[in-house]
Amino acid sequence: MPAIEVIDLVKTYGDLRAVDGVSLEVDEGEFVGVLGPNGAGKTTLLETIEGLRRPDAGTARVLGKDVWPRNPSLLPRIGVQLQASSFFERLTAREQIRTFAALYGASVETADEWLERVGLVDKADTRVEDLSGGQAQRLSIACALVHDPDVLFLDEPTAALDPQARRNLWDLLSGLNESGRTVVLTTHYMDEAEALCDRVAIMDHGRILEVGSPAALVRGLDAPARITVAPGAVGVDAARAMPGVDEAVESVDGVVLTTRTPAQVVARLAEQDRLDGVRVHTGTLEDVFLSLTGREYRA
Amino acid sequence: MSRGTTFWALSAAIMRGFLRDRAAVFFAVLFPLMFLVLFGAIFSDQDQSKVELIAVGDVALVDDLPAPAREAFDDTFEVTESDDLDAALEEVRKGDADVAVEQRGDTLVAHYTQTEQVKAAITQGTLRAFVDGSNVTASGQPPKYAFEAERVEDDSLSTIQFVTPGLLGWAVAMSAAFGAAATLQGWRQSKLLRRLQLSPVSTRTIVGARVAVTVAIALGQMAIFLGLGSGAFGLALTGSWWMAVPMLVVGTLCFMAIGLLAGAIAKTTEGAVNMANFFVLPMAFLSGSFFPLDAAPAWLRTVSDLLPLKHLNEGMLDVMVRGEGPSAALWPIAILAGFAVVVTLLAAKLFRWETT
Repeated sequence: MPAIEVIDLVKTYGDLRAVDGVSLEVDEGEFVGVLGPNGAGKTTLLETIEGLRRPDAGTARVLGKDVWPRNPSLLPRIGVQLQASSFFERLTAREQIRTFAALYGASVETADEWLERVGLVDKADTRVEDLSGGQAQRLSIACALVHDPDVLFLDEPTAALDPQARRNLWDLLSGLNESGRTVVLTTHYMDEAEALCDRVAIMDHGRILEVGSPAALVRGLDAPARITVAPGAVGVDAARAMPGVDEAVESVDGVVLTTRTPAQVVARLAEQDRLDGVRVHTGTLEDVFLSLTGREYRA
Repeated sequence: MSRGTTFWALSAAIMRGFLRDRAAVFFAVLFPLMFLVLFGAIFSDQDQSKVELIAVGDVALVDDLPAPAREAFDDTFEVTESDDLDAALEEVRKGDADVAVEQRGDTLVAHYTQTEQVKAAITQGTLRAFVDGSNVTASGQPPKYAFEAERVEDDSLSTIQFVTPGLLGWAVAMSAAFGAAATLQGWRQSKLLRRLQLSPVSTRTIVGARVAVTVAIALGQMAIFLGLGSGAFGLALTGSWWMAVPMLVVGTLCFMAIGLLAGAIAKTTEGAVNMANFFVLPMAFLSGSFFPLDAAPAWLRTVSDLLPLKHLNEGMLDVMVRGEGPSAALWPIAILAGFAVVVTLLAAKLFRWETT
């Protein structure tokens, strides 16, 4: 039984089909990312799967149970972190997580443990309004985990954080699916999806265009690799003459070779002792998005 | 997990949030108390101040009054002696004194200004009465008729008796409405409502906790008002004042409903609080929270009958200071409960999860 099962899910707002026939399966213990630009429908999809919104068509099941209408027997088994920091006003970090622990019947000790695990012990007596963006997100995630849920939903946990805070949060997020917990996260950062997720669902205009591991998605792209060689290491004409090279152009960084057999070309460059400043650039999720939608990825 | 634990955890969280919100505490407790102190101080001595009288030269009519009459005279007039008529007239003209009196032969002449009409009337009437009295004495005949004045003030409402229930009603209305409006909007904005919807806590427990906190705040307001009123301003509660407790609880529900309505209509937290204010402040004026409506035109009193706060105020006046029995509270409680139900249903109908 998959942890999450979504079949032909549709959610419309007036004329807008925010979620337009999405099907998705997530296995137990998987870390899955829903990746797409703003307005792609990620949050609506996630909130419909959580059971916050009534689907117009299709079904969503979590742990084998329908999520709509509100299913109180399912709720203790899922943890959610919504896009806004959903806190009780004017409580300290410790009071906050203890309150959430009480709502789920978890102990005070568990609450304090989680405060420690997300590194907020020295902020325990700080009111939530005075926490930094990164600290608030970590507290929010801790509140979602305090009852040890089987399935965890995170809606853009690193949005609006500076790069340093994002990296710090990745360290916390990356271990969350150990011990068999299923994690679904939405993000509009390609690198985040690549770094954290076992599988990525690329979403645009309410539809899921492709699902797979980041590596498989890039492989499936069948895009040529680009090899950049330091200026003067090889001439454009000589480069074009090399076996396996489809195209070579001069750029400010040097000569850029386009090839579908990067290994062969690099070996040849090595033979000729022309490896100075070589950089190999294979496809990324951005290229995958470009090939799926025909337009550049803009978060 | 027991329902009790979650209820207490939620209540504690909400109560802490309130107590740490300085603005909320100020408007719920200190602000209405300022009015209580103000009204208590302004109106605590409502007796007319004495008429300041300057006796110019020898005013035998006054000086020779028999002792009891002189005592009555001194109750009304604050007498200063002077020998300079012009200076005395100038003082009256400037308003430093109310009347200057001189005796020309057997005639008592009073100089006054019309600026202070009440005092002018008192002066003329009183002086004439004393002259008449002196005439009777001079005739040697015993007076046939007697006059005695008895104050009945103690049986009606002194100012503090009137303002305490009214201001308490206003204070409770304000904090219940603001609290509900701000909570609904704030929790919707921060998605805390959504977050709670995804926790295994029932709606009943969430609403119950919010109501319990607001009722506790209302009872706290009541304790502070009655404590200060009777301790510092001579408030005297009558027999069934305790019926104000259930009335205040139902009133709190009613004004929470009004706050929910404001929170449901408004799009921001500030907007919700302003909207609640828009409902409550005019209602406080029209419901006699600040001054009695006895002098208001009939149509205005009819309008005020349509306002829940009017019934809360009247009901509390009846049982707290007018000495009416417990049953006087039943009708106001029923009306407030009716308002609470209707307004809650309206708020539920207008509520939207999304603010846009």
